[in-house]
Amino acid sequence: MGNEFFIYLAVMALSTYLVRTIPFVAFSRKIKSRFIRSLLTYVPYAVLSAMTVPAIFFSTDSLISATAGFVTALILSLCNRSLITVAFFSCLSVFIVGLFV
Amino acid sequence: MNNFRKGILDGLPIGLGYLAVSFSFGIMGTNAGLAIWQTVLISMLNVTSAGQFAGLNIMAAAGSYVEMIISQLVINSRYSLMSVSLSQSVDKSFTTKIRLLFGQFVTDEIYAVASSRGEEIGKRYFLGLCSLPYIGWSLGTLLGAVCGDILPGAISTALNVALYGMFIAIFIPPMKKALSVTVVVLISVAISIFLYFQPFFEISSGISVIICAVVSSVIGAIFFPIKDEEPGTKDGDFPTNDEEPGTKDKSLLGEMKEVHHGE
Repeated sequence: MGNEFFIYLAVMALSTYLVRTIPFVAFSRKIKSRFIRSLLTYVPYAVLSAMTVPAIFFSTDSLISATAGFVTALILSLCNRSLITVAFFSCLSVFIVGLFV
Repeated sequence: MNNFRKGILDGLPIGLGYLAVSFSFGIMGTNAGLAIWQTVLISMLNVTSAGQFAGLNIMAAAGSYVEMIISQLVINSRYSLMSVSLSQSVDKSFTTKIRLLFGQFVTDEIYAVASSRGEEIGKRYFLGLCSLPYIGWSLGTLLGAVCGDILPGAISTALNVALYGMFIAIFIPPMKKALSVTVVVLISVAISIFLYFQPFFEISSGISVIICAVVSSVIGAIFFPIKDEEPGTKDGDFPTNDEEPGTKDKSLLGEMKEVHHGE
């Protein structure tokens, strides 16, 4: 990947930058539309969950170790553990189960 | 609050977390065929987790630029909401120039910390808060891209789930608090699973995420409009689920009724 990479990167970084910065600069007042505000409230959770399932199950060498990582993350998240803790122990359980599979 | 040192301290745990999570992005970048410097450059210029991850997939699959733009806009649309919310809780030191400069550092975690201070924040504090997470994110990517190959396979495989683990830690806790989020997530996941396994047409992961997010969020916005308060992703905004866990169906009905009355 030569020039293509830079075009991809520019497109990606610029979209990301504008999404973040335009509202930051433009909005000093509250959004009025309750529908839009509701929609925006749910988008992050919808995005993150769709990205995680089912992809997480195919992210390691075996379905079993991936499931172990998923279940570990699920349980720790239900216990309100921090992002770092959840990510770490999820990896750890994939590693440990991976040794036996 | 406008103390650089305090910002650094608040940013330390975020930075450490990013170090670990971006490590797996570094591995994925080189696995996708990118050079080390290319992978690091993506992290330094984007500073997103889900967005970079989707962007990398599109690059690797040689997807279209339109697909790249749409996926970034949709996946990162949450940052718009955070930026709007944050724009209400920064002090006068945040001039337009400063906002243009600092806008790119609005991440889930930085936003969460900055907005949970419960007081106006200044540019010095915010700069301090962003510093270690940014360094952690860039350095972690570099380490992952460099060491990914020399790490034993079992370890780099295990690190592949780090990003997903972080995602799970973000979307599960609010599901406990609000039935609305639970419903939106379950719909989104159901569509995602369907699109992944359906044999009818080929679909890229970027477009799949967009479809899942838009459909489930629209359903959420129709059936569970947020309370009329401050915009933002604070817990208080969701129509919360105070019923006991065993009575979920009942509470769904109750909630919808409540929404009906509220209109």
